[in-house]
Amino acid sequence: MPVLAAPAAAWRRVDRLGVLIALVACLGAALPFALFRANRIVPGEGLAIASALPSPEAALLGLAVLAFLAAAALRVPPAVKLAAGAGLLALACVLVGRSAGFLTPPGNGFARVAPGSGFWTLGFAALLLAADALVRLRLPPLARVTVLALALALLGLLLWSGAWDGLSLLKEYGTRAERFWAEGRRHVALAFGSVAAACLVGLPLGLLCHRIKPLRAGLLSVLNILQTVPSIALFGLLIGPLAWVAANVPGARALGISGIGAAPAFVALVGYSLLPIVSNTVVGLAGVSRSVVEAARGMGMRRGQRLFRVELPLAAPVILTGIRIVLVQNIGIATVAALIGGGGFGVFVFQGVGQTAMDLVLLGAAPTVLLAFAAAVLLDAAVEALSGSNFREAAR
Amino acid sequence: MIRVETLSKRYGEAPPVVDDLSMEVAAGEICAVVGTSGSGKTTLLRMINRLVEPSAGRVLIAGEDTRNLRGHELRRRIGYVIQGHGLFPHWSVADNIGTVPRLLRWKRAAIDARVDELLALFGMEPATYRDRRPAELSGGQQQRVGVARALAARPDVLLMDEPFGALDPVIRGRAQDELAAVQARLGTTVVLVTHDMEEAVRLGHRIAVMDAGRLLQCATPAEMMARPATPFVEALVGGAERPFRLLSLDRVEAAVEPGEADGPPIDAGANLREALSACLWSGRDALPVERNGQRIGRVTLAALRRRAAPEAGTPAP
Repeated sequence: MPVLAAPAAAWRRVDRLGVLIALVACLGAALPFALFRANRIVPGEGLAIASALPSPEAALLGLAVLAFLAAAALRVPPAVKLAAGAGLLALACVLVGRSAGFLTPPGNGFARVAPGSGFWTLGFAALLLAADALVRLRLPPLARVTVLALALALLGLLLWSGAWDGLSLLKEYGTRAERFWAEGRRHVALAFGSVAAACLVGLPLGLLCHRIKPLRAGLLSVLNILQTVPSIALFGLLIGPLAWVAANVPGARALGISGIGAAPAFVALVGYSLLPIVSNTVVGLAGVSRSVVEAARGMGMRRGQRLFRVELPLAAPVILTGIRIVLVQNIGIATVAALIGGGGFGVFVFQGVGQTAMDLVLLGAAPTVLLAFAAAVLLDAAVEALSGSNFREAAR
Repeated sequence: MIRVETLSKRYGEAPPVVDDLSMEVAAGEICAVVGTSGSGKTTLLRMINRLVEPSAGRVLIAGEDTRNLRGHELRRRIGYVIQGHGLFPHWSVADNIGTVPRLLRWKRAAIDARVDELLALFGMEPATYRDRRPAELSGGQQQRVGVARALAARPDVLLMDEPFGALDPVIRGRAQDELAAVQARLGTTVVLVTHDMEEAVRLGHRIAVMDAGRLLQCATPAEMMARPATPFVEALVGGAERPFRLLSLDRVEAAVEPGEADGPPIDAGANLREALSACLWSGRDALPVERNGQRIGRVTLAALRRRAAPEAGTPAP
């Protein structure tokens, strides 16, 4: 039936997920590309690509969107899709900076230009296509980390070059650069420090649960309950006990322990981290083949040698997966710490919400998302590299 | 070499898993311990290297009480092979084989040399296999690496717990022959636990039959088939299978006689069971026998029939 076969073949050349992404990109091209506001808190006026950019740039972006639509919707090699996604994203990022210079009247220090919903939607579509292409390329762990490093380097270049300096986000940053980095350091210290502390407590606890079976059910359910307490509530609940400790335990105050501030935030984050770390340690150790542990004993390995040379290395991918979950989770939850004076990027989020200044919210949210994403990619790569080295299949 | 004296293992009030068991394994001998599951044979094995501590009795190796050493030190001196090999999946073949020498703090060069020597002994090209992971090996190769690992520190005693259980029949036969050859060459004393009577007859110089924690009989395969101590042993050595097992114990060269025969020859190194099979299959009454390509005589169906019956003077059970 050649008549029917021909459209079927054409249909097979169409990438269904790609079509969906292309539709999203179409929507993005139609929505306002940039947002112009007379000052930082009034609602803005959305401008489409044609009016937000000088005509040559607008035409360039239009062509890029068309090329992107074709690359997304058709069955082309993943490398082409990756190039289309990354290319459109880069171009949109550069041009949104250009539109700031184009739209801001000369000498006006109050006017704000922000990326509009069209930019975000286009960027989302481009990221989606690039991410899908990266998954299809099945890059080895090291290559994925390299791609991440490259993307971060490009972002850094964009910021450093001053291409975005006209955007409202960077104007917000410009007035509080010092504070930004201070809160950034505190955010990183809270998120990574709490995960490190949770590992110090959680790994031995997991090991104990593995060795002493009756302990397992009890401890895990306690941690489970802890995990279900909402983060703001937990931060609040800790204010009382820690204030008491600060007042009554000599030296506690000198260590920085107090009812509000970083201490209760830190303690709460450690509490949240314990369940995934302990349970993944238990599951990881339980997953080590019995015959392997038995062989290790039969060879004359002592308890510690068995643990460090055999059981922990074999459980490492599962344990690391737990740490990855916790790290990404804590980078996010650490934002809430600002509510009780714990600092971190959340400071800008809550200030921005209070002032209805969305750019300020973004100044807190964007680096948080970026940090969490980078941590996830790095640890995923580490997990895969580890489990790959444990169970590398024959390449004969 | 190994002397087990009134050894018992009890868990709580339950009947003992191993009950007042005494036996001896001579140096350089393979002793196959056979029994149904739950007979206590694995527990017996694990008490020899003290993976399980005896409730009563003692084990002497080369005259020395095993309790004089700490458990892990004792185990470093005794080779141990378990079912499904238990190789460390995150280590290379070389690291796996070098496990015990590393624990004993041998020099790096000595370990490397030993690894290559063992790989060569088991017919695996060292340069090819040294750096592979266990997952990159076939089942038979994994099993060989498991045995090589157990032999790495040149132990005088090798304990094997169903070492061939996970292999398919063809590979298992080859692995058994290989073990017999390596054992004959090194003179290692081997205690091998199995539930497969065929395997016990094939490998064991002596067979120990266990049931419900007790040793029923410990004897050479021929003796055990001719004079089983109890009905249980008789059932285990297998009524109907017995003549064939008896034949499988001897090589063709033991039954060769002068004379001529027609048809394709059989090798002098093959066992009598294979000779019988060849006779039946080709419908001949005699087979020519060859050694290194030279005719040395023939083996007749009549001779095979004589050898398949219990020894002269033994009343048929």
